[in-house]
Amino acid sequence: MNTNISPKVQPLDASQIPAARPSKFKLALRELWRAPLSAKFGILVVCGYIFIAIFAPWLTHYGESEIVGGPFEEWGKKFLLGTDNLGRDMFTRLLYGARNTIGIAFVTTCLAFLIGGISGILAAILGGWPDQIMSRVVDILMAIPSLIFSLLLLTIFGTSIPVLVIIIAVLDSTRVFRLARAVSLNVVVMDYVEAARLRGEGLAWITLREVLPNIMPPLVAEFGLRFCFVFLTIAALSFLGLGIQPPTADWGSMVRDNATLISYGDITPLLPAGAIALLTVGVNFIVDWFLHKTSGLKDGQ
Amino acid sequence: MASNTSNAANNDVLLEIRGLRIDGMRDEKWHEIVKGIDLTLHRGEVLGLIGESGAGKSTLGIAAMGYVKPGCRFSGGSITFDGIDMIAASEEKKQALRGMRIAYVAQSAAASFNPAHKLIEQFAEIPLQHQKSNKAEAYADAKDLYGKLLLPDPNRIGFRYPHQVSGGQLQRAMTAMAMSCRPDLIIFDEPTTALDVTTQIEVLMTMKDIVEKFNTAAIYITHDLAVVAQMADRIMVLRYGELVEEAPTRIMLANPKQDYTKSLWAVRSFRKTPALNLGQNDNQPIISVQNVTAAYGSLDILHEISFNLYRGQTVSVVGESGSGKSTTARVITGLLPARLGEVLFQGQALPKDYRQRSKDQLRQVQMIYQMADTAINPRQRIRDIIGRPLSFYLGMNAKQCEERTRELLDMIELKPDQFIDRFPSELSGGQKQRICIARALAAEPTCIICDEVTSALDQLVAEGILRLLDRLQRELNLAYMFITHDLATVKAISDDVVVMLKGRIVEQGSKDDIFSPPYPEYTEKLLSSVPQMDPDWMRNLLAKRS
Repeated sequence: MNTNISPKVQPLDASQIPAARPSKFKLALRELWRAPLSAKFGILVVCGYIFIAIFAPWLTHYGESEIVGGPFEEWGKKFLLGTDNLGRDMFTRLLYGARNTIGIAFVTTCLAFLIGGISGILAAILGGWPDQIMSRVVDILMAIPSLIFSLLLLTIFGTSIPVLVIIIAVLDSTRVFRLARAVSLNVVVMDYVEAARLRGEGLAWITLREVLPNIMPPLVAEFGLRFCFVFLTIAALSFLGLGIQPPTADWGSMVRDNATLISYGDITPLLPAGAIALLTVGVNFIVDWFLHKTSGLKDGQ
Repeated sequence: MASNTSNAANNDVLLEIRGLRIDGMRDEKWHEIVKGIDLTLHRGEVLGLIGESGAGKSTLGIAAMGYVKPGCRFSGGSITFDGIDMIAASEEKKQALRGMRIAYVAQSAAASFNPAHKLIEQFAEIPLQHQKSNKAEAYADAKDLYGKLLLPDPNRIGFRYPHQVSGGQLQRAMTAMAMSCRPDLIIFDEPTTALDVTTQIEVLMTMKDIVEKFNTAAIYITHDLAVVAQMADRIMVLRYGELVEEAPTRIMLANPKQDYTKSLWAVRSFRKTPALNLGQNDNQPIISVQNVTAAYGSLDILHEISFNLYRGQTVSVVGESGSGKSTTARVITGLLPARLGEVLFQGQALPKDYRQRSKDQLRQVQMIYQMADTAINPRQRIRDIIGRPLSFYLGMNAKQCEERTRELLDMIELKPDQFIDRFPSELSGGQKQRICIARALAAEPTCIICDEVTSALDQLVAEGILRLLDRLQRELNLAYMFITHDLATVKAISDDVVVMLKGRIVEQGSKDDIFSPPYPEYTEKLLSSVPQMDPDWMRNLLAKRS
């Protein structure tokens, strides 16, 4: 029996780690302050769009689909950006378009992430045949060009907004599924997931508490990009006449409705297109910054 | 073949470091991580750098190449390699030296080789690049060196890819590569830490041999005293970026002066307090593994394993990597259902698959993992990590959870107020392992499986963990199954020992039986491969074996 001759081992170097932790809000503000110019610009743009989408009815005194003048009137005091092919105020429709297009794109992206994210994580956790089935279904869906596929489905099911949302969400969730499954596969092999399994935890706990928090950064970044793609898809479908239906204001169909003006050197139809482009650029700036932040953390630690 | 001693003929000092300071960036501030260290290395001398992780020994080692890791900077002092100022030298000049006159052997050879190229191609890369020799010469030299490093089939092994050779062979191939230009200085950064004891000794021996043959100076970085005792002529002990003590190996081993050095030396003296109730006959084993055979796919990994775990006692399972130690644990926990045989819990057979076990059966057997980093969820706070088993198994409400979590933190010697709201990334390695222990304890188990729990930790920290486990065992009358490849740990903590080789038990019995002669052949080899503090140990052993 050996009495302990070595000095008392003291692994508790508490003094090395600062005890007080700055609040999350303060940390976020500090991050924001340090963000590069491009990211600040992106945040400004997105905030502007959100503001317009929410307060559209208060920013203009015309109604969304109200005919207020003759077709194709010029820019001026009465109609800031002129009127469209039916005599509706262009400016008003641009504001309402933000509301419709962004709102629908947001809901669609959320739905896509709900479907794709959860099934992707489940596929990674379960493995075996559930993974095989889900992955092959996704492969099949991805094998068909998505714009043509969605045109086909929209023709079959009709072009109401809920149908539009569901179809685009399902088709887009395939990409989310792939990403979620790939990043989850790196997490499910961790010992803490094994520990949770051995503890007897259910699938819901493992999915939501063990895996999901650890794959958030790539998912959030992907959310930004997916949002842009969904948004562009909706605009494209509307341009083709199968997206958001008149008289609801929407940037895609606004480009199409007023396209003839281009031949007369009038840039009005480019305004909704520009609105789409600006938002896409803004969101991408934010996503770039976010990706840089989260991956940079990995390198540093 | 002597080293190029062109421009420093009458000066035998090869590397001289004076007052070196290196800063590292942490939390966006510069912190000094090497605090004014002096180091002198003569030609043909082997210097051992030893210390815990974070002592700055690796940083100092690579600084000798005039290099600092990203996020670090030189902030003072000088490094002179053979008359060249390595801090001021241009990047091109330093690049010309690296590989040619200074070489580096990293801890993980597997991560340092490019998996897409054959070993010999990678060997020839540097000589060809520096136009030191043509391809045929380089290949011939490689074969020669492979032979000197005792690699099997030296003429052909170089034409394999890195994944086609074992870890020990890869580490030797890496040493050969470092030797390719006959450098004046080689920096070994924990080259054998990832290897089994039996492999380690072969690698050490060939490394020592080749360094002596070519009269190469070397800096040998490690945290293992016994290893450094074999390799080094002189030892420097570092702590927190400062020099603690420096002396020739024999003097240092015989008579360490500083308290810290003495404490390092004393680590291996920890012995568990023997269990009080040794009457195994009258009580039933908690866990009884009976004739278990298990397989991955169609390949049997375990063959007829049987042993018992008793309350308040520790069974150590020892063996090299690949011997089936961890697989045995997976069978007991039910992650890998046994193909044949049974695991009994207090006399009753446990369902083979963990999914069929009841909550209570799962609760009784808890597991602690080797890598505490991956064993706790980095996105959960300590309160949630420890609190979950409490609410899950014992149905405690939030208030009871909090109270019990605090008690548990007290038990593992961490201050509850400081730690309860932290994330794992805010803890040190030893503290994380303590959290894992607390999580296992929270379930109030009767048996804990410890899978290499101390092998990723520094010796002092590891000893703290062993002492904690020992105390908890006495207080809570727990049974431990202790999986390890480190025989010092086995000696320290076990009551019974099971020696495994290739999925079979080659010997089992009480600790005293196992560690006293006569030994079966494999146990003998295993025991004799554990480095001793005696600097002549390796030479004597090899003389005996050959």
